[in-house]
Amino acid sequence: MSTPQPHPGAPARTREQVADLHFMDARYKLLDLAAFLDRLDRAAGGEDHRIRGLRAALPLLLEKDEGRVARILNLWSDPSVEPIAKADTKAASGVWPGLK
Amino acid sequence: MRYIEPHGHMVSRTTDDYQAMALAGCAAICEPAFWAGFDRKSADGFYDYFCQLTQIEPKRAAKYGLPHYSWLCINPKESEDMALAADVLALIPEFLKAPTVLGIGEIGLNKNTRNEMKVLEQHIALAVRHDQMILVHTPHLEDKRKGTRLIMDCLKANGVVKPERVIIDHVEEHTIHEVLDQGFWAGITLYPESKSTPVRAVDMIESVSAQRVWLNSACDWGHSDPLSVPKAAQEMRRRGHSAAAIDRLVYGNPVKFLSQSPRFQDPAAQA
Repeated sequence: MSTPQPHPGAPARTREQVADLHFMDARYKLLDLAAFLDRLDRAAGGEDHRIRGLRAALPLLLEKDEGRVARILNLWSDPSVEPIAKADTKAASGVWPGLK
Repeated sequence: MRYIEPHGHMVSRTTDDYQAMALAGCAAICEPAFWAGFDRKSADGFYDYFCQLTQIEPKRAAKYGLPHYSWLCINPKESEDMALAADVLALIPEFLKAPTVLGIGEIGLNKNTRNEMKVLEQHIALAVRHDQMILVHTPHLEDKRKGTRLIMDCLKANGVVKPERVIIDHVEEHTIHEVLDQGFWAGITLYPESKSTPVRAVDMIESVSAQRVWLNSACDWGHSDPLSVPKAAQEMRRRGHSAAAIDRLVYGNPVKFLSQSPRFQDPAAQA
């Protein structure tokens, strides 16, 4: 377990205090994610880029260093740098379709 | 508790929302122009919308004791149509004379296209020409990081825009540091699913120097919560942040940024 690195803007708190505040919230979200994966298993067809992106992000949760949210968002981001000629949709899907 | 809602699309909300926001401590609301959920067919639709933002909505808010301000533009989702964009841009100077207009916004990118970029450049030039502040919309989800970088490059390429007069909204964990490092203000939008939740927003606040950050609900016709700013304040309180720190973030910071426009009046100074 890494050494706690409190941010300058954060009041000091223990991991127990963080768990007291947020464990149940994290618990139900993890169970919801598990239920979503089970639901996918019961459904027909293949997996699109969104589901592949979600599965690719799961190992990042277990990394030890802080910054997991940013690493997941970066994983799902379009890595290109130039404007595109034209869009074929107004919407974003949540995961860059080119993610392998 | 007092707070400013610096980004709410109140034309999409009911009067019950105004009532709830006032009861929760809201002291003023700012409303950037945005996408109506469908593409408008002509500049006439935007003319009516700008009248709604500058004339109708301030009266509706006033019934709940809330000052209402607005920002004007054609949003990036309708910027693919360059001819329409040109017609709408031509309308804006007339409305900039309205006493509650704070600047140009929310401009930016949606899918990071070349046409969106051209219209963004035209909006920035318009803001510079009329000495207006800028409120920026950054793209959604997988398009956000690329779009945020393109927008900042575009703002810097103009050469005249002062970063401290620009707020780049909808930042998340992977974009907030770059935005602040380049001298811009950063807006964290609190949404139930996309963008940031109140809990994640407070995590971000705890990880940066929050002197140039504001929180907003961006409540509109979609899945959104007009009370998300006070809910984030409640999350800060639960974590032990002081009342002064909370007030600085949800009231002081937006007042500081918005007061760069002579039109904006600090509600506390009016009391």
